[in-house]
Amino acid sequence: MKVTVKYFGLVAEATEKSEEVMELKGELTAIALKEQCLKGLTITDKDSVQIAVNQNLDDSITIKDGDEIALLPPFAGG
Amino acid sequence: MSRYSRQIKLTEVGPDGQKKLRNAKVLIVGVGGLGGPAAQYLTGAGVGKIGLIDHDKVDISNLHRQVLFCESDVGKPKAVVAKEHLEKQNSEVQFQVFEEPLTIENVENIIKQYDVVLDGTDNFETKYLINDACLLADKPWVFASIYKNEGQLSVFNYKNGPTYRCVFPKSTRQNISCEATGVLGVLPGFLGTLQAAEVLKIILGVGEVLSGKLKLVNIMQASEQTIKINKRPEEIAKIRQSGIAPVYIDCNLKNKEHWYLDVREVFEQPKPKGKKVLNIPLGDLTSRHQEIPSDQEVFVFCQTGKRSKNAIEILKNEFDFHNLKNVEDGIETIIDG
Repeated sequence: MKVTVKYFGLVAEATEKSEEVMELKGELTAIALKEQCLKGLTITDKDSVQIAVNQNLDDSITIKDGDEIALLPPFAGG
Repeated sequence: MSRYSRQIKLTEVGPDGQKKLRNAKVLIVGVGGLGGPAAQYLTGAGVGKIGLIDHDKVDISNLHRQVLFCESDVGKPKAVVAKEHLEKQNSEVQFQVFEEPLTIENVENIIKQYDVVLDGTDNFETKYLINDACLLADKPWVFASIYKNEGQLSVFNYKNGPTYRCVFPKSTRQNISCEATGVLGVLPGFLGTLQAAEVLKIILGVGEVLSGKLKLVNIMQASEQTIKINKRPEEIAKIRQSGIAPVYIDCNLKNKEHWYLDVREVFEQPKPKGKKVLNIPLGDLTSRHQEIPSDQEVFVFCQTGKRSKNAIEILKNEFDFHNLKNVEDGIETIIDG
């Protein structure tokens, strides 16, 4: 299945892109997909990154073909 | 025509709405890139009382985005100068200045005097502090944060809605400021203005308040989207049970076999975990040097490597330690992750 993954903040910087289409195999929950996406990236606090599936912040959702994923780190600046 | 005639004309405001604004009390925490423009619009709208909290002074590098301030304000306390400018803008508004940081000690007492809190802070510790205090005091708060060209915005704890911890349950040490990343002045201006709009809707009881939703904007891409957020009742219950507690941001060090000596103050973050990490602030070394092992190599660190260098000098010259190694560039270089 194919999903679109959008990156924000530090995650977008680490991936050097704001979004990409990914080909996934097998059944995957949002939290597993998050781990897969962040693996190998130099981000110091991966636990703080949240995942939204189709504009809904919930990491227990099972990913389906065509889903839009967003990886959201917290921002502190003001 | 009266000062507020143009907004009273709106059906969402009207004379009753203007009265609501006059009776409202809004607390602005951090009068910088976000809080400054928010303060200007809320002052213009005729909010009755505005609290301004900031312990910082105006720096020349603030002026490109903190447009409330002038060149002649450089070096002066932000909260005080902000009040002076805002009073000139609208003498009908009452201002209360807090020239101090928001802390665990003062938060409860300050927040209870206000109806809504607007977050203009630049660090996670204060955001969690505002969140937890507002939850316990049952006040809504309007959150915004920025990172380079992106911003996040939401209203938390509004009519029993989700809180900041429902989005980001755990604090993080990734406290990256505008100084470190760079920012165009318009981004916090834009978000601070949106925050002021949320405050006005909350006071007036009109429109769609951005509760249960996280708005994401990117000014470079001219894009925005809204993410639905859900309540995490377990996170809310935790705070209700524990009350306001200090936010400790922990981390692991790369090498768990080494002894480490952290010479920073006890409140400095992040806090490394581990049995072989001692935290003795620089000022306490003379009275507590016996706690430091003298027969094994000990890595001494602070935030940047300067205080740890001093600490080694003191321990070497006064207490004959010869087993200490300085972590030259501070804690960030020895953190695992």
